[in-house]
Amino acid sequence: MLNFIWGSFIICGIVFSVINGKSHLITDALLNGGKDAVSLCITMVGVISIWTGIMEIAEKSGMIKGISKKLGGILTYLFPKIPQNSVAREYIAANFTANFFGLGWAATPAGLLAMEELSKMNKKSDVASDEMCMFMIVNTSSLQLVTMNIVAYRSQYMSQNPSEIIFAGIIATVVSTMAGVIFAKIMGGKNKSWKN
Amino acid sequence: MEKLIIISNLIIPIIVFSTVLFGASKGISIYETFIDGAKKGISTVFDIAPTLIALMTSVYVLRVSGLLDIIANCFKPITEFTGFPSELIPLCLMRLVSSSAATGLLTDIFGTYGPDSFMGRLASVMMSCTETVFYTMSLYFLHVNIRKTRYTLAGALISNLFGIIAAFYATKLLF
Repeated sequence: MLNFIWGSFIICGIVFSVINGKSHLITDALLNGGKDAVSLCITMVGVISIWTGIMEIAEKSGMIKGISKKLGGILTYLFPKIPQNSVAREYIAANFTANFFGLGWAATPAGLLAMEELSKMNKKSDVASDEMCMFMIVNTSSLQLVTMNIVAYRSQYMSQNPSEIIFAGIIATVVSTMAGVIFAKIMGGKNKSWKN
Repeated sequence: MEKLIIISNLIIPIIVFSTVLFGASKGISIYETFIDGAKKGISTVFDIAPTLIALMTSVYVLRVSGLLDIIANCFKPITEFTGFPSELIPLCLMRLVSSSAATGLLTDIFGTYGPDSFMGRLASVMMSCTETVFYTMSLYFLHVNIRKTRYTLAGALISNLFGIIAAFYATKLLF
């Protein structure tokens, strides 16, 4: 998919620039894109490694595990059909907790394992089950509570207070996730009555 | 509202404080563990660097072409009615597709309006509460060979739309 996106951005961008008489800006845009990306990365190396260092402590000390164990009630509400002793619950909890703290590399493997378990429960069908739809909607609704990368970008652009947006971000994240969950619950419920 | 900004500023220090304290109380070697984690962070950033370079470059080219302004103008009826800045429409759309490409537009907004302007803050909050829907969905569903995703895409788009609306009002009220 990114082959298409990247290619069409470059091609459409250059064609439209020429049509709009802005062809003199193309070279500058090409060079600045690379330059800005690298200077952003340098700031990010500093900010992100502090965060991942702290999160490593949270993981090794069992703090992350402790938090994901506390998600039991939420999981039962979201996925009533998954048995209490299923490993799928553990994987989903690990995926959600890693997402809360923006640990993408920890979230994805746990999430893929969760999907495998859900697929087994779904008899390896190629049609997504209600549990899968719920899991994916929650995952794509953004769960990240502390968006360290946004804080890093803001500090790169000389914000007076890079972290001031965190609370507003948490509110918006909670709203988006709740909207997704409500939608998934309505759609899941609909399907059940239709089957009966 | 001042108090909520103070909460924002306290969240990271509280997490750092409680994690270090908890780690120390569990008797793990906190310093070495931090170093291990920091290494992971450095390699994560290095891993995404080429993607960021590629997509930010392509987005910058797209930006100067004026094509994004045309797309933003198509949404004018909606943005004028709701008061949502039309300049942020490309960011909303890009965010669904690629996080790195969206970063390119975000830095463009920071560069033009400043990160502490209404536009800069709203863009920051929006980036915090939305997700790369298409990428995440294809990654997870392809992994288990799902062909019919049923209402997943609709749900993902609705939750992202609600996120953007919430970001808009939260930014208006808080700052």
